[in-house]
Amino acid sequence: MNNDKLVIAGHEFDSRFILGSGKYSMNLIEAAVKDAGAQIITLAVRRANTKERESILDFIPEGVTLLPNTSGARDASEAVRIARLARELGCGNFVKIEIMRDSKYLLPDNYETIKATEILANEGFVVMPYMYPDLNVARDLVNAGAATIMPLAAPIGSNKGLAAKEFIEILINEIDLPIIVDAGIGRPSQACEAMEMGAAAVMANTALATAGDLTMMASAFKQAIEAGRKAYLSGLGRVLGRGASASDPLTGFLRD
Amino acid sequence: MVKINGKDYDVSGMTITEYLTSTEYKKELIALERNEEIVPKAEYDNTVIEDGDIIEIVSFVGGGSL
Repeated sequence: MNNDKLVIAGHEFDSRFILGSGKYSMNLIEAAVKDAGAQIITLAVRRANTKERESILDFIPEGVTLLPNTSGARDASEAVRIARLARELGCGNFVKIEIMRDSKYLLPDNYETIKATEILANEGFVVMPYMYPDLNVARDLVNAGAATIMPLAAPIGSNKGLAAKEFIEILINEIDLPIIVDAGIGRPSQACEAMEMGAAAVMANTALATAGDLTMMASAFKQAIEAGRKAYLSGLGRVLGRGASASDPLTGFLRD
Repeated sequence: MVKINGKDYDVSGMTITEYLTSTEYKKELIALERNEEIVPKAEYDNTVIEDGDIIEIVSFVGGGSL
């Protein structure tokens, strides 16, 4: 387990929990880093205000990798512009592509996401595209130069869990890149299930941000993700198609 | 007129540095795009804002979509 690292484009991480975008507070960042062990935190780019004197970067502990996203982008060209601005802000070359045309369900636009991935990968970005879990699209993203694939589990912020489980599993089985389950994970048990399936990492935000006790929930996610990872690495026991199989020897000795 | 972050301003002729100073933007916290091209910070001093320019000034915030 000690050598079990999450590797994204050559960068190694011990933690498989990523703090996603969404509801932010300093308490959330602290809980995510200290209690959930997050080493990657998502940030968004927005129009600046004239008299800003503080940067959110001042509140993020050293050693945490920043993952700017392109939220707000409606097509590939906007995502590319946002990614370039994020890099100019000086936090490395990771970018999570998020492109949404639809504001009701906030579903990612897979087609535009492939286009943006290709452009940004060619410019040297570590591209982590958020996508609707579709195998053909995932293959296109691999060819476009993606560093990971980030399928949604359920609509963003919904806490509904692994609604797209079957399709994420196909990506895990067929795609030779880390599959990071993004969006919709609401409970530690769901994070654990994703990890048992072989997901490389889980991204969450709302599940923590809307929990009754943020710190305790962050630590529950950490344990769940670690448990799921261990279960995956150990190889899950088989499931019988029917009937039963005794776990103790059935000698029937009283009758012999 | 120059459009900056979606609003019109009469600032053509100023350099980017002059504009940022007059509006109290902190250079270290922002990135700036002019007509969809990034302007590197080293060029703020000698980039003159022209009539019709569209400028975006951005910074990091927590999160993104909900």
